[in-house]
Amino acid sequence: MSESQTNPPVKKKTVKWGEAPKLSVLDALYLPAIASGLATAVRHAVSGKPTTRQYPEVEPEIPPNYRGVHRLNRDEAGRVKCVACYMCQTACPANCIEIIAAPAPKDDPHWKDRDKFPATFTIDELRCIYCGMCEEACPVDAIELTSVYDLTGMTREEMVFDKEKLLSVFDQTVKSGRDPVRTNRGKLGPASEVSPTAKDAPPPPGRGKRG
Amino acid sequence: MISSLLEYWPVLWPALAAIAVILAVVPFLGLYMTFIERKVAAYVQDRVGPNRVGPFGLFQAVADGIKIFLKEQLIPDHVYTALYFIAPSFSLITAMFALVVMPFGPVATDYQSGFRFMVAPGIDIGILMMLAISSLSAYGIIVGGWASNNKYSIYGAIRSCAQFISYEIPLGMSILGVVAIAGSLNIERIVASQSGSILDWNMFWQPVAMLVFFTSALAETNRLPFDLPECEQELVGGFHTEYSGIKFVLFFLAEYTHIVTVSFLTALLFMGGWHFPGLPGPSGASTTVLLLGLFVLLAKVSLVVMVIILLRWALPRFRFDQLMGLAWKGLIPLALANLVGVAIVLTLGLPKHLLIATAVLPILAAYYSASKFNASLAEGNTLRNGLRTQGAVSYE
Repeated sequence: MSESQTNPPVKKKTVKWGEAPKLSVLDALYLPAIASGLATAVRHAVSGKPTTRQYPEVEPEIPPNYRGVHRLNRDEAGRVKCVACYMCQTACPANCIEIIAAPAPKDDPHWKDRDKFPATFTIDELRCIYCGMCEEACPVDAIELTSVYDLTGMTREEMVFDKEKLLSVFDQTVKSGRDPVRTNRGKLGPASEVSPTAKDAPPPPGRGKRG
Repeated sequence: MISSLLEYWPVLWPALAAIAVILAVVPFLGLYMTFIERKVAAYVQDRVGPNRVGPFGLFQAVADGIKIFLKEQLIPDHVYTALYFIAPSFSLITAMFALVVMPFGPVATDYQSGFRFMVAPGIDIGILMMLAISSLSAYGIIVGGWASNNKYSIYGAIRSCAQFISYEIPLGMSILGVVAIAGSLNIERIVASQSGSILDWNMFWQPVAMLVFFTSALAETNRLPFDLPECEQELVGGFHTEYSGIKFVLFFLAEYTHIVTVSFLTALLFMGGWHFPGLPGPSGASTTVLLLGLFVLLAKVSLVVMVIILLRWALPRFRFDQLMGLAWKGLIPLALANLVGVAIVLTLGLPKHLLIATAVLPILAAYYSASKFNASLAEGNTLRNGLRTQGAVSYE
């Protein structure tokens, strides 16, 4: 009774009392309920359509903005697009990116428009938390997260991706048509190609004017 | 010694052959029952089920068996080692020993002709021995739960114990009616008493007995909806929480052997065994007829097994008081009333087909329990009215 005083009073018209249903003879016999349960089970067993996806044979459709394995993009000349600015390495919260920059070979006509390029570029895929901040930090859209989700390896060493491996991920994803979506957000550096839509498109929602 | 062995050889070899068949078939059957169970469960739940090993996943059972044999023998520190080892083997031994008196194919009651699909034919206390042995399997579970030295295990074991002493009674009582009609405890003779037309099968004029028997048998096998000794949601794994590898498999095998035993008993006692309209009885029959009888019996058994497996996906688990209430307040009175009916019919020499009237019994019982429940509703014996009268809700 003491609890009843602690309960706040309720308006009478807001309370609707339901009646407990009466038990019929068939309900108390249990057998019709058991039969209907069995019928449901049999119906599903006989004519139910399996919703299982046969995984290794049928792969799931991964959305293109999925944050999977990284890739290093190539430009039109097939060179690595990265300009070794260390922005991604700085932005990385997991400290999994390591870049060693080198001056671009000036006497080579192939490289004459570049000052720097990454001599080595390694990402520890086991350490990475796949947050996508490197992708956002990159001024030239050189590093991107692809929709490759099934990354496996037998040793820790082979999970540390170097430049060649990251570039090969680019080649694979381009070949298989699983290109990640371009956000086209912000202004890209002169080393990146600027798509015409980038200037016209409004900034994506959810971010301030600075993007 | 050898000369006496040779002398008894004509009697001995069918028994040895039957033992070999049982020893070979039971583990295989246990493995494939898990496969069938997984497949049926998958189909009922709109899934595909195991389909990786072999065509339709048929070798999944073999793969499971190999894997489980190669598993590490893990013995927890806190168990009573001797009992811990005895329990699973005891459970399997009792489950398989019950098969000794069970005919798994047509057996002629004159024991003269043909191959006898039975280890020990002509045991006059057949069904009694079967019940006695199969109730020993409770010891395997109880000893296993005790030896595990674990709260969940001992809870599972105690539940199993309580379940066994509740469901042994209606199980025995429901069989008594059939036994009285056949006039024998011998299983072959009980089956032989059901020869003739399809209406001679016990299920048609002992429907209550069949219902009670099947329900109690489900409880005996610890299958859903009576799987309280091992319910995962409450007791982790119940009595086999601490068991892994081959010892766990022995428990599992015992459970599936139990299911097979129960299905055989249902088919033999109530569904006419190897009898089928148009098929002659086993005495003096040709091999073809014997094989046909075997097929008929196995078909009936697989039907019962299928119902048991499907029931798992059709019914929710009982609460423990509901489980005991069903046995003591529902099944035992029903079985008793049925037995009284049989006694009256037999004593007065009335035609046995009058017993079909016992089908009214469960309806009467349902009417009684429904009216009792509705009366309790009218008295306000519900949580809702309780709240109202105790003033837990106050109005402005």
